Amino acid sequence: MIETFDLGVTLGQTMLLNRVNLRLAPGRITALVGESGSGKSLTGLALIGLLPPGMRTQGRIELDGEDILPLPERELCRIRGKRIAMVFQEPMTALNPLMTIGDQVAEALLLHQGLPRDQALERARERLDRVGLPASRFPLTLYPHQLSGGQRQRVAIALAITERPELLIADEPTTALDVTTQKQILDLLAGLVRDEGMSLLLITHDLAVVAGLADEVAVMQRGTIVESAPASQIFHNPRHAYTRELLKAAKHQPRLVLTRPDAAPLLQVEQVSRSYPAVRPDSGPGEQRLLAVDHVSLTIQEHESVGLVGESGCGKSTLTRAILGLDPIQGGQIRLAGQQVHAGWRMPDALRARMQVVFQDPFGSFDPRWRVEKLVAEPFYLTGRPKNWRDRVAEALFDVGITGDVMRRYAHEFSGGQRQRIALARALIIRPSLIILDEAVSALDVRVRAQVLELLARLRVKHGLSYLFISHDLSVVRQVTDRVLIMRQGKIVESGPTARVLDNPDHPYTRQLLAATPRLPQEIGLLSVENLSDGL
Amino acid sequence: MQRYLLHRLIVLGLSLAVASVAIFMVVELVPGDPASYMLGTGAQPETVAALRQQMGLDQPVALRYAHWIGAALTGDLGQSFTYKTPVAALILDRLQVSLPLALMALMLSVAIALPIGMFAAARNGRAGDTLVMGAAQIGISLPNFWFAMLLVLLFAVRLRWLPAGGFPGWGNPLAALKSLILPAVALALPQAAILARVLRSALVETLGQDYIRTARAKGLSRGQALRLHALRNALIPVVTILGMQFSFLLAGAIIIENVFYLPGLGRLIFQAITQRDLIVVQGAVLVLVAAVILVTFLVDLAYAAIDPRLRLK
Amino acid sequence: MRLSLALGLLLTGLAVLAAGLSFLWTPGDVTQLAIADKLLPPSGEHWLGTDQLGRDMLSMIMVGARTSIAVALVAVGIGMGLGVPLGLIAAAFQRSWLDEIIMRGNDLIFAFPSLVIAILITAAFGPSAVNAIIAIGIFNIPVFARITRGSALPIWTLDYIRAARVAGKGAARISLQHILPNIANILIVQGTIQFSLGILAEAGLSYVGLGAQPPTPSWGRMLAEAQTMISLAPHVAIVPGLAIVLTVLGLNLLGDGLRDALDPRLRGSR
Repeated sequence: MIETFDLGVTLGQTMLLNRVNLRLAPGRITALVGESGSGKSLTGLALIGLLPPGMRTQGRIELDGEDILPLPERELCRIRGKRIAMVFQEPMTALNPLMTIGDQVAEALLLHQGLPRDQALERARERLDRVGLPASRFPLTLYPHQLSGGQRQRVAIALAITERPELLIADEPTTALDVTTQKQILDLLAGLVRDEGMSLLLITHDLAVVAGLADEVAVMQRGTIVESAPASQIFHNPRHAYTRELLKAAKHQPRLVLTRPDAAPLLQVEQVSRSYPAVRPDSGPGEQRLLAVDHVSLTIQEHESVGLVGESGCGKSTLTRAILGLDPIQGGQIRLAGQQVHAGWRMPDALRARMQVVFQDPFGSFDPRWRVEKLVAEPFYLTGRPKNWRDRVAEALFDVGITGDVMRRYAHEFSGGQRQRIALARALIIRPSLIILDEAVSALDVRVRAQVLELLARLRVKHGLSYLFISHDLSVVRQVTDRVLIMRQGKIVESGPTARVLDNPDHPYTRQLLAATPRLPQEIGLLSVENLSDGL
Repeated sequence: MQRYLLHRLIVLGLSLAVASVAIFMVVELVPGDPASYMLGTGAQPETVAALRQQMGLDQPVALRYAHWIGAALTGDLGQSFTYKTPVAALILDRLQVSLPLALMALMLSVAIALPIGMFAAARNGRAGDTLVMGAAQIGISLPNFWFAMLLVLLFAVRLRWLPAGGFPGWGNPLAALKSLILPAVALALPQAAILARVLRSALVETLGQDYIRTARAKGLSRGQALRLHALRNALIPVVTILGMQFSFLLAGAIIIENVFYLPGLGRLIFQAITQRDLIVVQGAVLVLVAAVILVTFLVDLAYAAIDPRLRLK
Repeated sequence: MRLSLALGLLLTGLAVLAAGLSFLWTPGDVTQLAIADKLLPPSGEHWLGTDQLGRDMLSMIMVGARTSIAVALVAVGIGMGLGVPLGLIAAAFQRSWLDEIIMRGNDLIFAFPSLVIAILITAAFGPSAVNAIIAIGIFNIPVFARITRGSALPIWTLDYIRAARVAGKGAARISLQHILPNIANILIVQGTIQFSLGILAEAGLSYVGLGAQPPTPSWGRMLAEAQTMISLAPHVAIVPGLAIVLTVLGLNLLGDGLRDALDPRLRGSR
């Protein structure tokens, strides 16, 4: 049993965590939910004693009644891994690339318990079997780079549970993974809690992930726990205003805007294929090519919003780059307003000006050395910069809800949500017909995401825009698209009106995706969907 | 792995080929005619022409390169006109000094840099780190030949522990080693300072990686995480620098040999330049550059040994 | 680490000041030989003593600073002027034949340490300060090409570069408007490091007689001439050596300090 009493963390004068009280009982799953920067990961690191240097703790962390905070580092090393273990968010970097998975899982046993190597490896084998990596396909001699992200996360879990700890802390263990993999990992964690009687602290930003999984939910905001209650109460009868807000944002749905029936086709993708040289050099004689996009066809009408959904590696990013004319295609053709899109540097400016893009990463989207006015004005390169370009920039910024004295500021001075708004302003400035939204809201916290989605819906009505909305997340697509396409292994496997595809899927893969997508319980009564009454 | 090896081998062969052409062409560019230079100003035109023909200078450039490189591949680098001996034998003789010197310096450099770099990385940002890295900063700034002069002043002139210069030959191994100690230290120390800095920053960067946090979370102490996980991962940039250092050491040895009057490759080259014995310069530089290219190849192999991602793909 | 920046500026400034001042004034005349005053230890009249020909050492150091700084500066200029554009091109056309040629060419030059290049040039054209500049300059090209390409590649994968492409900008424009300003810090820091290496290389070349020729005073040649005198008058060997160490140290500290001051993300690297 692990309990914290008024746990606090300070950095210099700043209070990062304040009066955190958690009670983590054996066989129970406690979810710690909050937005980025709320202090939820810090809580996990404090529990296992791995806070970044310079941070100080207050309060108590009791492990079976003994306060472990004052313990010296040597004693803590004996607790870590053995009694408290942790799994981190990023499976791609969490494992040592130069060490076999067997050695990595066995290492703690060798060092802590002094087991002979063959016995330690035997135990490692048993643990890897337990996390669903059977010996037949996953020998101990594999290196991390030979495994997928989900498989690596399984290794990380095996490594954490080698010594059967009492508490497992999982910090966003599935955030970097696809929905189907996410489901499998969550099931695995739940199974471990059930079978081995350990307690699990599941740290996440996504309330839907823990619905139906967690026994207790603690909601965190600005370094303190604002509400902590059994899961059913949190989902059906939340007390704290912030919890309600989170739930509301997660369920938020801007109203759909339907396309006019007489609309003309704007973007036509016909039988487009794109292949790469195969990544494995020794895969046999002859040049092997990987077909990333396999004879894909799709059409977007004017004023229409189309979603393109698929898991990582399905080819949606490759297709996006081809449509934007950034990468060449090997077959088929792409037409924008009837004109052919040529890849490479030679595409005509007037055609380029009809389509703009918003990317996922609000941090990488802007040159850190340019000021906002210059950033937003960059697409004017296509059309020629008008004399009143500063007014146009201000207008575009106003359109996306950025006001005040911002023109001379740099991108890093804005929050993630504000940056995505600025990216939208940059896309809007030359008044394109089509905006490609490449995972444009995926990196945002739920509340900010809801606001940006609403802005997208409003802008579309106001300017008569078409969207190609690319996402891995079905629930987001439901909110902003008229039609949706499901992509898998380079092919479109299903397409149709969004509501029809999501409520009544034809293809087994779509069904599988839907089943894996975390969902909040439906019967929450506090929501009133906001209306956008000004239709087209 | 085979593909990686093959690719590296092709690069090795191409580099050697292009480097040899470059070296050949530079000597070709020399203003004046080697034959008339050799015979002096008072020579008869007929004698010069005869020598030109004998030396093959009347043939086209491509053919002469082919002859030269063909002979070089069989170990024949031509005849030195000042020493009147085969250049290859001359170089081989001098390598008996230069090669042990470079290797001693390399080993010394690693032996000094490894503990210092690890120490500084473990104390990242604390007083010990600042102190050691400050000292390394000074070490990097030392011109090795000046440092060598100071060493001579202290250990040879004042203390008389070690010889100030000269080389007694390997007939007396102990004396030979003794005469290489000061040159090796002078060569190694500035390089050790560079290596220590590279090792430290590679370790510091590796210690910030996610897998170190994973290792710590399973109960490894800071020291264990550094030794068992960070060190090997930090080795890749270190091996790169080590490979580059070998070429610096070879070049540095050329200068250091002059400080200590060591009969190595460097002395040979300088004497040959002053005597305009270009065949010797050509051959010696070819050997030097080939050694550097070969070491680069070995470094590429070392990458594969360290990193399974290269080995298995 | 503000200390290293201040110390670096101080030492570098001192060397530049000495070189600049030497054009207007030196304590003694370096062309005037005074054999009677040879090898005097430092005194009130000759602050750093005199050399084997009776010349004032301080004046020699001041004039020698000119040679060192000029050679290193021009050599770094050559390396940057050719290496940076090559690196930008290689990065912009990553994995094309152009990239391959540029990078293989770099590897090739890397196989010729600057001393070997100097040997080859000297063998062909005879020794001079210009040859030292060319030798060090050639060796600097791949250094800058590599670091430019290496720092430009990760930037090319960022979304703002894609946004610029969607805005219709070509490779050259993107390289100049987005890539170069974002790697300028790294290049400046590398520039100071190469500058210090250039001073070391010039000293080494002049020491073995492949660099500046008499009567141009040079720190490296002062050391070569002092070598036989070292047990008689150690100051003749120590003074020029210290001048080199302090200047090089100053430049290295300046590089470190600039790295920290210009970009906090680079802290702790290298």
